[in-house]
Amino acid sequence: MLRYTVKRLGSLLASLVVASLVIFACIEVVPGDPASFMLGINAQPDTVAALREELGLNRAPHERYIAWVGGLMTGDFGTSYTYRSPVSEIVVERLAISLPLAIYALSLTILVAFPVGILAATRRGSLTDISVMATTQLGIAIPNFWFALLMVLIFAVNLRWFSAGGFPGWDEGIPAAIKALTLPAIALALPQASILARVMRSSLLDTLSEDYIRTARAKGLTGRQALRRHALRNALIPVLTIIGLQFSFLLAGAIIIENVFFLPGLGRLVFQAISQRDLIVVESVVMLLVFAVIIVNFLVDLAYAWVDPRLRSRA
Amino acid sequence: MTLLDIQDLALSIHGTPVLKGVSLDFAPGEVCGVIGESGSGKSLTALSAMQLLPEGSDCSGRITIAGRDVLSMREAELCRMRGADVGMVFQEPMTALNPVQTIGHQVAETILIHEGASNVEAMSRAAETLARCELPQSRFPLDRYPHELSGGQRQRVVIAIAIALGPKLLIADEPTTALDVTTQAEILLLLRRLVDEDGMGLMLISHDLAVVAGLADDVVIMKDGEVVERRTARTLHRDMTHPYTKALFEASGHQPDRTESRIEESLLKVENVSRDYLLPRRTFLGAHPTMRAVDSVRFEVRRGECVGLVGESGCGKSTLTRAILGLEPVQEGRITLDGRDVFTEPDVRRKMQVVFQDPFGSFNPRHRVARLVSEPFHRLSRSATTEEIDEALTSVGLAPKDKHKYIHEFSGGQRQRIAIARALIIRPELIILDEAVSALDVSIRAQILDLLVDLSVTYGLTYLFITHDLTVVRSIADRILVMHAGRIVEQGNTDDVFEAPRDAYTRRLLDAAPKLPA
Repeated sequence: MLRYTVKRLGSLLASLVVASLVIFACIEVVPGDPASFMLGINAQPDTVAALREELGLNRAPHERYIAWVGGLMTGDFGTSYTYRSPVSEIVVERLAISLPLAIYALSLTILVAFPVGILAATRRGSLTDISVMATTQLGIAIPNFWFALLMVLIFAVNLRWFSAGGFPGWDEGIPAAIKALTLPAIALALPQASILARVMRSSLLDTLSEDYIRTARAKGLTGRQALRRHALRNALIPVLTIIGLQFSFLLAGAIIIENVFFLPGLGRLVFQAISQRDLIVVESVVMLLVFAVIIVNFLVDLAYAWVDPRLRSRA
Repeated sequence: MTLLDIQDLALSIHGTPVLKGVSLDFAPGEVCGVIGESGSGKSLTALSAMQLLPEGSDCSGRITIAGRDVLSMREAELCRMRGADVGMVFQEPMTALNPVQTIGHQVAETILIHEGASNVEAMSRAAETLARCELPQSRFPLDRYPHELSGGQRQRVVIAIAIALGPKLLIADEPTTALDVTTQAEILLLLRRLVDEDGMGLMLISHDLAVVAGLADDVVIMKDGEVVERRTARTLHRDMTHPYTKALFEASGHQPDRTESRIEESLLKVENVSRDYLLPRRTFLGAHPTMRAVDSVRFEVRRGECVGLVGESGCGKSTLTRAILGLEPVQEGRITLDGRDVFTEPDVRRKMQVVFQDPFGSFNPRHRVARLVSEPFHRLSRSATTEEIDEALTSVGLAPKDKHKYIHEFSGGQRQRIAIARALIIRPELIILDEAVSALDVSIRAQILDLLVDLSVTYGLTYLFITHDLTVVRSIADRILVMHAGRIVEQGNTDDVFEAPRDAYTRRLLDAAPKLPA
């Protein structure tokens, strides 16, 4: 297990180095000079040159790369051109919304998908199964911003249970913050839960037809016991893969939902930074997201090994 | 007193009748062998006794185990019966165990769910049971996972699970079919010992007459969902009356008519060939350790000959086959066909073709037979003519119109015929038969062996017949090579090797092979 973990850690570090190089290179080739963008169309060439010097844009690319990576490692993400404040502060502020929202949405996803998927698999072909399949199909098909707007209409405008958008901040107390994140989390979770329930169902169906389930039944286990003791853990492997992908997606891909609910999250930050050529913010946030994705994958890998002893010994 | 009593058992699955009035019974301490080819209903008879039938099954008749009526039991009662009163062992040990649980856990579970014993007690009893199945704690601790064990060892774990609570009845469904001959002999011996020690009744299901004949007291022959004959095992070969039983017997020991037609000219030459595999690195940047799968192998096959290559799984015979076919490079030595090197002159490879074991997995299901059969022409710069396809199909006993069909429309034996047609179509000189008849029922196997002999005469073919099955190789090969741990340990004329084996391993292999009573 130790060998496996060390190996995975090695590949994690390698991925980070490659990712940082790719991100840096992409930003290099993107057209548009941040200095001229900040100063507007009518800026004097020497003013632009001075700003370029101040921002360090005139240095050689490898020097800037080393400075950037060195900064990242010490927690210095640089200063945003447009906000004129340290990127780390902005990011932490946004992460305080995006991270809880992603965790909230993922928890809802798992809480719904597991029981639903298991139920459908154990009653294959029944009315329950057919309705689960139909509902999840719908859940995947419905655009989640539309579903979000519908929920705003019902729960915020008509019933007035929730506010229609915005985030009060964590200073207002945890219950208030969670309440503000509830509708966005449900909107995000709907398609994800539908996908995960289907994956859980099909994975479990595959596992239930395995020979060792028959061995378990021949031992005298009831169908339910065989499911709990033998099928679930084996069925978890593909499910874990999907959960890993979903978490990464929820962290960065919530931009539309953030817009619907006026949440100042990471997605909106990146979007704004790109349109304002705030390259240092783009670089840092993208790197941070890559970091998060890689960490999540690392955790998923560890979870695989926890579930499947064959991986532990093969490493 | 009877232990298992099945009377007039009828079973239909989704309305299709599969068992038609099966009756059999036997007493504690007895071994009842159930023999039949695939589709005869032997496994479903066993699963009926356990009531572990597939969905949509409808069972009628009477099944009693130690006097208790199984068909009238509720599910909860059945669960109490399974594992405690009846244990079951399955065919495929590689998949019969849960890969994510330790073997100790899986054996202890039988005890835990039936007796409410404490965890510690269940584990210690699991250890005892595994030791009885010849997996002592010193070498096979309870925290081993299935993937750390070989096929034979896994089958012992499955047996331990089945006998942990000392059931009255043990049902073993093809328990040794997936195992090597020597392992098979050990497992059969273990089953016999357990039956004798515990006074269990054993229902032993097999397609192999010889396996059952050596172990069973009584033998039941099944065909198409019916019992056609029932005899005492020891005298079956004398008393049998049903034509199907006789046909089965004949097919099991079938000896195709062969006329020796070999010419003293060598066709395939394997000279000092070694093949190494790279294993995963042990340290991060260290060198790859290697495993020598084929070790200085040297032999030749003469034109018109049928040479049998015999060995157990992992002995290197498949690696050697791939090397001969030129599919994988060798680290040492030279392989020549008709004097030309198979690696440096790949054109010579058109003179050899191969037929694989699995008639279900070795065809692309989306292509019609005509395309499948004409595939070897890809190496030549033209495509097959209709006449060539028709001739290839006719020569293996199929009809020219079969070329328009898809592969799923054929049975296993027919598919193997198509595989042979595919090998024949470009008129090769050497055909490598890699376990080509191992997956077939005995009667089909006998037909294919006859076909192979006919074809070798008609087309002047040379065969390299690779198999783990000694009976088959004896009936068809002129000469035999015995392979063990990457080396050829013995070679000689078939009769010489069978009658006076010189190598210790060959002797062990021959002793282990189950024999039909003469």
